[in-house]
Amino acid sequence: MPRMNIKGGRGKAKKGTMKRLLGNLWKDYNVLIILVVLCIIINAVGSVSASFFLGRVTSIVEEAVNTVKTTSSIPAEGLYESVRGSLMMLLIVMGSIYLVALIANTIFGQIMAVITQGFLDKIRTKMFSKMEKLPISYFDRNLRGDIMSTYTNDVDAIRQLISQAIPQVISTILTAALLLGVMLINSLYLTVVTLIGVFFIFFTTVKVGGGSAKYFMRQQQAVAKEEGFIEEMMHGQKVVKVFTHEEQAIEDFNKLNEQLFDDMYKANAYANVLAPIIHNIGNILYVVIAIIGTIMCIYQPFNNLTITGFSAWTAASVVAFLTAARQFANNFNQVSQQINSVVMALAGASRVFDLIDQEEEKDEGYVTLVNAKINEDGTIEETTERTGHWAWKHPHSDGTLTYTELKGDIRLSDVDFGYVPDKIVLHNISIFAKPGQKIAFVGATGAGKTTITNLITRFYDLADGKVRYDGININKIKKADLRRSIGMVLQDTSLFTGTVKENIRYGNLDASDEDIIKAAKIANAHDFITRLPQGYDTMLTNDGSNLSQGQRQLLSIARAALADAPVLILDEATSSIDTHTEQLVTVGMDQLMEGRTVFVIAHRLSTIQNSNAIMVLDHGSIIERGDHEDLIKAKGTYYQLYTGAFELE
Amino acid sequence: MKMIKVLFKSIREYTKDSIFAMLFVFFEVIMEISMPFLTSLLIDEIDQDKIAAARTIGFDFTKIIWLSVALIAMSFIALGSGVLSGKYAASASAGFAKNLRKDLFKKVNDFSFANIDKFSSSSLVTRLTTDVTNVQMAYMMIIRTAVRAPFMMIFSVIMAFVQSPQLAWVFVIVVPLLFGALIGIMIGVHKIFRRIFKKYDALNESVQENISGIRTVKSYVREDYEINKFKKASGEIKKDFTYAERIIAWNQPVMQFAIFALNLVIINVGGYLILKNTTIVNGEVKQVLTIGKLTSLITYGIQTLMSLMMLSIIFLMILMSLEAARRITEVLEEQPTIKNPENPVFEVKDGSIEFENVSFKYKADAEKNALENINLSIKSGQTIGILGGTGSSKTTLVNLISRLYDVSEGTLKVGGIDVKEYDLDTLRNQVSVVLQKNLLFSGTIAENLRWGNPNATDEELKQACDLACASEFIEGFNDKYETHIEQGGSNVSGGQKQRLCIARALLKKPKVLILDDSTSAVDTKTDAKIRAGLKQFIPETTKIIIAQRLTSIQDADLIIMMDGGTIIDRGTHEELMKKNSEYRETYLAQNHLAEEGGAK
Repeated sequence: MPRMNIKGGRGKAKKGTMKRLLGNLWKDYNVLIILVVLCIIINAVGSVSASFFLGRVTSIVEEAVNTVKTTSSIPAEGLYESVRGSLMMLLIVMGSIYLVALIANTIFGQIMAVITQGFLDKIRTKMFSKMEKLPISYFDRNLRGDIMSTYTNDVDAIRQLISQAIPQVISTILTAALLLGVMLINSLYLTVVTLIGVFFIFFTTVKVGGGSAKYFMRQQQAVAKEEGFIEEMMHGQKVVKVFTHEEQAIEDFNKLNEQLFDDMYKANAYANVLAPIIHNIGNILYVVIAIIGTIMCIYQPFNNLTITGFSAWTAASVVAFLTAARQFANNFNQVSQQINSVVMALAGASRVFDLIDQEEEKDEGYVTLVNAKINEDGTIEETTERTGHWAWKHPHSDGTLTYTELKGDIRLSDVDFGYVPDKIVLHNISIFAKPGQKIAFVGATGAGKTTITNLITRFYDLADGKVRYDGININKIKKADLRRSIGMVLQDTSLFTGTVKENIRYGNLDASDEDIIKAAKIANAHDFITRLPQGYDTMLTNDGSNLSQGQRQLLSIARAALADAPVLILDEATSSIDTHTEQLVTVGMDQLMEGRTVFVIAHRLSTIQNSNAIMVLDHGSIIERGDHEDLIKAKGTYYQLYTGAFELE
Repeated sequence: MKMIKVLFKSIREYTKDSIFAMLFVFFEVIMEISMPFLTSLLIDEIDQDKIAAARTIGFDFTKIIWLSVALIAMSFIALGSGVLSGKYAASASAGFAKNLRKDLFKKVNDFSFANIDKFSSSSLVTRLTTDVTNVQMAYMMIIRTAVRAPFMMIFSVIMAFVQSPQLAWVFVIVVPLLFGALIGIMIGVHKIFRRIFKKYDALNESVQENISGIRTVKSYVREDYEINKFKKASGEIKKDFTYAERIIAWNQPVMQFAIFALNLVIINVGGYLILKNTTIVNGEVKQVLTIGKLTSLITYGIQTLMSLMMLSIIFLMILMSLEAARRITEVLEEQPTIKNPENPVFEVKDGSIEFENVSFKYKADAEKNALENINLSIKSGQTIGILGGTGSSKTTLVNLISRLYDVSEGTLKVGGIDVKEYDLDTLRNQVSVVLQKNLLFSGTIAENLRWGNPNATDEELKQACDLACASEFIEGFNDKYETHIEQGGSNVSGGQKQRLCIARALLKKPKVLILDDSTSAVDTKTDAKIRAGLKQFIPETTKIIIAQRLTSIQDADLIIMMDGGTIIDRGTHEELMKKNSEYRETYLAQNHLAEEGGAK
């Protein structure tokens, strides 16, 4: 069932999209597709046969009348009886063909449901699986709404193509071929006339249909524009009110709305007028053929040519031809209705493939993280059970294996980096974080604090320099294992639809309920969670919109606590928590940070004072480093930042 | 019914187009009904006997020519009507949708904060977009087919009786049967679909979560976990949708069965009837029922059944859009909780603020007051600091001042007059709030700033930005004040955004300026600079500052400590340091090394 949706057209399809789409479809469902086509053929025969049967009954009647007419002039008593056999035969043939067609049609519908939904499921999961493996840069480059639209509108457009347009086109072609056969049996000349008419139909379809497609594209753009505006204004509605900006907003909206109306009207008008035009060209064609046919029958200027050879023009053949010709013309009407959906589906499929073709995040790492047992003599042994100790398993090119204990020693040496190659945003960064140390980054937004953490987790790869983790170049470490060893609490918390418990468990899928409660207590989230309507089983929806920003932050801290990684990155983790709550969290955070290497980014200098080292960043360079006391003594930028509030008193 | 009345109010100037669309559909139907009748007469002229006779005595073309001319003329009329009805239907439905969106948008702009909270902004977006589209599509279907389908069906059946009463009875049997079956399928499917669409929405929601939470997914290495979760959900949806579509798929065979049954009866019984009712007198064949009539009966049969099919589809579309229609009406019918008073006051005298026994609850039926018995008197030009944990209702308190919400009990005066007596725009222009969740809109920096004052000169913009410490970074941009801001202000940093929002609020030249945690992302130095500037350059303006950082409020004339919707303590920094242990602890926690540092 079509879900009414008119979004989805953003640009045109790439070449070869149709071929690829059909190729994929064929690969997955070749047997079913053959069955479907078979059903379509049978069904086409069934629907074409009506004109046959009509011709047949015509000749039976004529035959009866003629025989009776020549033998007697009595009112036709025995008329029916004389052809009862033929009529019964017709009934049986018709009944059986219809039955078969009906069965074929039923099977067709059932199989199509399976193919369509199965294929969509495949496409969806393919897209999602791909998306999850894409590098962060993809998400930084593309708008969330655009990616989303591929899942909703584009997939929906493909559904229309597969479930409606393609079968319709196949059926039309087959029916057309059959009808052409019927027409040729009856008259070659009239067929030529019909084809000329059909050419006209084609011409209008392309002309009007093309216009429709053009305006549909424009409509999509107008829709996108207006929806963007609506979204912005609805989410900013409170700001609109505070600034009494209502009138202006309405005025701007009306402008966009008029434009949308204009494009929408044209797109729909073109689509609406196509059917009556084609239908009536068909009607006129019908009359023209009827007249020509009649004249031919009467004057017989030349013999009728059929595929069986020349013969005289007969009324029966003209009547049969007419029925077939009408169906032939109407047939194209149905295809014309599919033009828009084909154009939109191809554009949609093109974007779907575009996502699927994106290059995955590369991972050439071969050093993995394993559970380790540390023997008394200090050697490390790999084990399968959880020991609380971890080690990097490092295979070397000579076939030997070495194990290095996971300690959380991270060193950046002379690192340069740019999000785009020719625009370096980090210059010559060197940081040494020994296991258990707390390193803080201070600096204005845009100074490169978050960028540094992006490099440690390898969300982005460095341009120059080296990052070593427990002495191993992080490029050699498998990304999954690298990240597993680093816990992160970000400023933008992301919660997932599910219960509070499930959201905390995200940090460690094997965690028991007790572990979860323990982690929540560390983050000081336990209190507020127990006060929620269903406690740990409270459902969170819409990215946890039923929680306050601070509460969401606490949950993400609990999540990190549960993950229990030796290295922690706290990127403005406490920025949304009020001072009062922060004091509570700080206790937990201190517990959490103990024995771990921590990288902290915070605006509130009070939260980082006890760091082992503070890096003051400016425009991608470290301009000061040292612990709090050193930096205060140095009376540099940090000192100014720190005491800034008091200077003015 | 009431819902339809509310919705149809938005048709307005497109009533004409809607009526024309239906009128032309009517003409089209008349033509389409008559044509098979004439065609059957034409077919009957193409008869072997008549033709054979014509060859000997000459053919009388009059009838056939007249028929042809009539048919072609009717085709043109049908074409014209079809084109016109299509165009009118398009403009009527697009126009209806346009007006709906316009009315909705206007309505939302009349909403108070309480109204917006009730609906939530993302639900409002859906109502203005997807829901309107659904109603529009349903409306177009209705005006195009609500006339066509019933008329077509009724006329077709009547014509069938005219052509052959002996055969037409089969229509009477097949039509109700088919109708029942189709409606049955539709109702069954509708229920299933409603359920599945919810699941489908949930799936898309989870995609969205994954996109915005991709850093979390990746840092916890949960890609495969998410993929498996998605596969399961998607697979379930596949199962449900397949089931639903398999039911819908019965539409086709049921419909075809009806057509086949009609054809079977018409052709076979028709053949029988033709022969039974044929008389031959003196070699002249007289038939009551003819092949031509059979042909037209088949056409009428298909037309009848197609109309039924259309009716059942409209039925489903209406069912499916009911929910959307209901959601739209809900917004249109919503009464703004805050309206302008009848004889409003258009001038705010000064920036003094008076809370007298003010209590407030967000919903009338809420158990607990969000604010309980607040008494607070602020003199014009004072600086007030508000301190309190999450949920202490700080924001609620300040939101009452510009009448974003109405007090539930007590009175609130600004400039000595109850806020309810002011013209809303006047009040809100004089009480400038920088919201906690502040937003920039897509457009240039200058355009964003001019929200504060559309007529502000470039000079004024610069002044405001100087005061908000925003000019320093704006000057650093290549396009300066013409720099384009992306939607949501995503291309400026949090601190820059906050400073722009403050500048925007300053441009109003307000009597009261409220900064609701508006400098949290600004560094302490800039924060201090902004406050110093405010003190120096707009001394008359009352300043209310909500902040987490004590340094942001410690030089205020009065500091209020809030908890659980009440004021638990008040005083200056020095006073509170002395008398309030919690204040002192917070201060020390934030600054325990500061004094040392400062001392050195």
